[in-house]
Amino acid sequence: MAKKRIVTATINGDSVEFLCEPRQTLLEVLRDVLDLTGTKEGCSNGNCGACTVVLDGRPVDSCLVLAVEADGSTVRTIEGVARQGRLDEVQQAFLEGAALQCGICTPGFIVQAEALLDRNPRPTEDEIRFYLAGNLCRCTGYDKIVRAVQTAAEARHAARA
Amino acid sequence: MRDFEYEAPATLAAAVELLARHDGACRPLAGGTDLIDHLRTGRLEPDLLVDVKKIPELNVLELGPDGLRLGAAVPCYRIYEDARIAAEYAALADSCRIIGGIQIQSRASVGGNLCNSGPAADTTPSLIALEGTCVIAGPGGAREVPVERFCTGPSRNVLQPGELLVEVRFPAPPPHAGSHYRRLIPRNEMDIAVVGVGASVALDESGRNFVSARIALGAVAPTPLFAEAASAALAGRPVSDESIARAAEAAREIVRPVDDMRGTIDYRRHVAGVLVERVVKAAVARARGEEIEYRPGH
Repeated sequence: MAKKRIVTATINGDSVEFLCEPRQTLLEVLRDVLDLTGTKEGCSNGNCGACTVVLDGRPVDSCLVLAVEADGSTVRTIEGVARQGRLDEVQQAFLEGAALQCGICTPGFIVQAEALLDRNPRPTEDEIRFYLAGNLCRCTGYDKIVRAVQTAAEARHAARA
Repeated sequence: MRDFEYEAPATLAAAVELLARHDGACRPLAGGTDLIDHLRTGRLEPDLLVDVKKIPELNVLELGPDGLRLGAAVPCYRIYEDARIAAEYAALADSCRIIGGIQIQSRASVGGNLCNSGPAADTTPSLIALEGTCVIAGPGGAREVPVERFCTGPSRNVLQPGELLVEVRFPAPPPHAGSHYRRLIPRNEMDIAVVGVGASVALDESGRNFVSARIALGAVAPTPLFAEAASAALAGRPVSDESIARAAEAAREIVRPVDDMRGTIDYRRHVAGVLVERVVKAAVARARGEEIEYRPGH
């Protein structure tokens, strides 16, 4: 068996050190080693986006990143979205707009929507749909999700105006 | 997932040495968006992954007077987020914007897309249209191969054991040039091309005549194709529906597609011509400095 590696990363603002095998994905380590189970495993092949996390400022499918590749990097997961126990605008909008049913895809959608709004605070509907194309929901369809992102964008804009 | 060792060398020489020493049982890792999936499914069974993302030469993205240098590990987003590169090498940026979703574009590299050598790879027709040259390092030194001669079959290419794609180089665009890539998929996003077409054109000063053109086709043969006769059919001709239709017909003559769930042979042949017309017209519009009506994913 390949030797385990020591990996150091900043995860949701905390400096974290963990041991992993080269074959373990970032998704596996987040869930099974670090107990950050908010990030979900869906397809495990980069189609569904349920495992989306932000790695060094870019949203990625954590099932397609080896944990050893994350050495020295900064990771943000769904657990890092709420601040001091308060949901942020995207989470609040998903909740109030009932933009979910079973919820498995929701952490990925929220992390991806956060990445969109950080880059483009007032996206059009087209831009939202395009940016979220790598996130699949098999329950609700996408209208409520898109509307929740629009609501969150407005709420953020109002809060900062 | 299968057990393997992992190395992340900091120099090109160290990477080539590792690849040569583990001849055949080793794979370079760039974005990993195809490779990690292939490891999981058992399609590939390497004993060692060589992460090439720490090697400076493979991270170069440099626009200079002689053209563009694109390191083999540069992820897609860096290309379309660079406004000058996206303007001067528009077909390449068009390709990078529609590979997978945003999460994939954060990791996936153009070099990896080329080395996977899929017949429907979305970046390869653009690399050919923009006259890209592969710079390859290996135990025997460096060599160069034009992109249109890089792929030799589905998932096969000219790389020998121990060799590594370092970068793709492009000449500076000629005056009054424009380019575009477009594919047909039945969905809006996140799909594999039924047919993909990349084209670049250079016009004369009046904007009414082609000086030269390069057209490349994807998903219609075992490898992406440089449509040489179709390209030659435009050189020196007036920009007209007739000249462009002749190029489309020439393109239809070289396709050798498969019948599969994405489309029949006849359908792909027909669509190849339709896309050649649309893509050449869009490249002409860009060469004239016009905005083209094109939304990625539509």
